[in-house]
Amino acid sequence: MVDWITALSKWLLPIILAFVPVYALAKKVPIYESFTEGAKEGIPTVIQIIPHLVGMMVAVAVFRESGALQFYLSLLYPLTSLINFPQEVLPLGLLRPISGAGALAFMESIFQQQGPDSFLGMLASTMQGSTDTTLYVLTVYFGAVGIRRSMYAVKVGFMADFAGLVASWIIVTMMMGG
Amino acid sequence: MIHYIWLFMLVSGFVAAAAQGNIEIVTEAALTGAKDAIAVCFGLLSILVFWLGMMRIAQDAGLIEKLARLLGPFARFLFPGVPHDHPAMGYILSNMSANLFGLGNAATPMGLKAMEELQKLNEDKKTATPAMCTLLAINTSGLTLVPTTVIGLRMQYGSAEPAAVIGTTILATLCSTAVAILLDRWYRRRTWGKEA
Repeated sequence: MVDWITALSKWLLPIILAFVPVYALAKKVPIYESFTEGAKEGIPTVIQIIPHLVGMMVAVAVFRESGALQFYLSLLYPLTSLINFPQEVLPLGLLRPISGAGALAFMESIFQQQGPDSFLGMLASTMQGSTDTTLYVLTVYFGAVGIRRSMYAVKVGFMADFAGLVASWIIVTMMMGG
Repeated sequence: MIHYIWLFMLVSGFVAAAAQGNIEIVTEAALTGAKDAIAVCFGLLSILVFWLGMMRIAQDAGLIEKLARLLGPFARFLFPGVPHDHPAMGYILSNMSANLFGLGNAATPMGLKAMEELQKLNEDKKTATPAMCTLLAINTSGLTLVPTTVIGLRMQYGSAEPAAVIGTTILATLCSTAVAILLDRWYRRRTWGKEA
């Protein structure tokens, strides 16, 4: 089952890449023209996103590099040790919703120190895979169409991240016995 | 809320740097952040240009519409406010399928296309609609069956069983996505009432 899913995942894109144009040509679509027409739209979309992404990534970088993130983590440590949550992955959990690259780098450092198959390695992998960078997704998706008022989307995103974090911890603990 | 998060990160960064007597780090980090953002945009540019081209072919061939019809009942449950035959449905479903298989690169352009179509249905162009919030909830909760990036990195770090995380990831992602959908429903009712 697992092999099957991994294989499908690997093959899917190349298959789409070959199938779509063949199918379209059979339907008499001028495929190359269609491609360039659609592709052209990517340029204004990215330009529209640039200010949003610069604004957000500057704030994230300042927050992380200044030691503010570290400070808030230290405030959380007593709480997490109370419920026995492994401290080592706390930075990953806190970084994941705000900075994809930061979280990935942190997961790699856990892999380096503990190995990917250790309890912490498995937990980090699961946490990484089961949530997304909420702030980035929000910035890019709403930025691209110029939405200013995001309603409750931010709240829902962060709460879902928290749920994913807790679920990862419980599931990996149950599987590996902590 | 985004205003407060932004301000919170900037100000607490400033305070933390000042407290350590290392205020230069704020300027340095800000400039690095801006530079990184442009690098990310360039990465996005190549992905978007390529995938939006492919998406247009799929759309012109009627494939997007087919997908929307195939998974229609499911999408109607999640997006009750979007007309069944609207192109947004097809893009939403393409976005979700790409996410499921861990094809993050392809998922973003499809999600943006979906947003664009939803924006056409939006009367107040500056305010998110219920459907936009739902789409975002699904995307931020990381709906994934195969975490390809994680598996790749596990391999690189010599894991004996790189794909072992697929099971745990599916379970955890089911939890976070379920929570996201439930919360989204709850806020949707509270904000717009039952009809939304």
